[in-house]
Amino acid sequence: MKKDLLSIADLTSEEIYLVLDTAEAMREIGQRPIKKVPTLRGKTVVNLFYEPSTRTRTSFEIAEKRLSADTLNIAVATSSVLKGETLVDTAMNIEAMAPDMIVVRHASSGACHLLAEICKSRIINAGDGMHEHPTQALLDAFTIREHKKRIDGLKVTIVGDLLHSRVLRSNVLLLTKLGADVWLSGPPTMIPAGIERLGVRVTTSVDEAIAGADVIMMLRIQQERMQGAFFPSAREYFHVFGMTADRVARAKDDVIIMHPGPMNRGVEIASDVADGPYSVILEQVANGVAVRMAVLYLLAGGQEGD
Amino acid sequence: MSVVMDADRMSRSLARIAHEIVERNRGIEELGFVGIRTRGVPIARRIAQAIRAINDHEIPTGSLDITLYRDDLMRHAVGPQPVVRRTEIPFSIDDKRILLVDDVLYTGRTIRAALDALIDFGRPRSIQLVVLVDRGHRELPIKADYVGKNLPTSLSQSVQVQLTEIDGRDQVEIQDA
Repeated sequence: MKKDLLSIADLTSEEIYLVLDTAEAMREIGQRPIKKVPTLRGKTVVNLFYEPSTRTRTSFEIAEKRLSADTLNIAVATSSVLKGETLVDTAMNIEAMAPDMIVVRHASSGACHLLAEICKSRIINAGDGMHEHPTQALLDAFTIREHKKRIDGLKVTIVGDLLHSRVLRSNVLLLTKLGADVWLSGPPTMIPAGIERLGVRVTTSVDEAIAGADVIMMLRIQQERMQGAFFPSAREYFHVFGMTADRVARAKDDVIIMHPGPMNRGVEIASDVADGPYSVILEQVANGVAVRMAVLYLLAGGQEGD
Repeated sequence: MSVVMDADRMSRSLARIAHEIVERNRGIEELGFVGIRTRGVPIARRIAQAIRAINDHEIPTGSLDITLYRDDLMRHAVGPQPVVRRTEIPFSIDDKRILLVDDVLYTGRTIRAALDALIDFGRPRSIQLVVLVDRGHRELPIKADYVGKNLPTSLSQSVQVQLTEIDGRDQVEIQDA
């Protein structure tokens, strides 16, 4: 593994499988009476979150604690960032207290790369702007592999806000690297130009994208990143692109439905699908802890060229 | 390189250990095997099988990966992390007499890690240590309860246990560095 986990693009397929296999072992720890191993004793991990997060921050924190790391959370709402401190200054000050790893979420794409260049601590990207969210893609792959026993050759359809989604980018990089047949669908206003160059099929017809799919991954409509009107109304969006039971019926009989959360029920996904028999949405959350434990463990070791 | 234990000798050693375990543990229903990955696991299964042949009693068997408990894990952070494999102990170890099984007993550090790991799963009544080979050179106050073969070695030598389940054949050999 490299020093930092910034992008799925930095990982080889062997490294991706190493993370997934390690996560298999880590998951068992969460089922023990004492859910803790001494592995990262004496290591300090800072969770630096510039954007709101429930799942990812909690998941990282549980993962860190299960590995016995000392963790601390810096939520921007209670930090000196409000007094005008820059990202780099904040990072340099945290770095001066010698943590071993910093988990970063930031609204700007590339914020983690910037920190990785100036920090000796290992940086883990927990979502940077519209760029990437690598641990989400890893836990999605873990969940897919658990159900389908493989990733290679599966038809994976990703539907929704393709433009603003860092989850999409990380998933496309990972799934194509492991040989999945990836289809994307969403409103034309939300399809980034040139996305097909990543080796995916793109269509505005959800029904075409879903036909025969092994996996359907829904993306959240990200109102907070939208500048301008991308579609007429949430109701119309649901009508054309929302995942309903009727649409799910076009996929394979054993399809699984995924969503990285938080869900907008009745916008990108119908409630009966989100809570229905094909949904693995809460499994994704559970698997997130094991996958993040694997990432923390693997990054805590030596790095290339040490 | 010299072979110090062949397949026949190995199977007789394991059969003897099975008899010793039955002899020393009255109330065999309280026993549970935990093999240390990798080669402790098939050895544990074989001894469990030998005990079943003696008294028709099935002793539950689990496998333990001690990687996350190693005392040298983060000391010299060079090179990639050791691979972590799954721990599967499909029974409660509470109040059980646990037979911890490994292939080679050397410094004792693996056993120290395994004891720490086991305690995280519950509170066994006792833990006994079973090893196929004891090669000496202990660095911790640890001693085996059942030993297949005591093998005097020098620090420069290495002891390789090969098992059919993993390596395609049963034998123990000593290699000089």
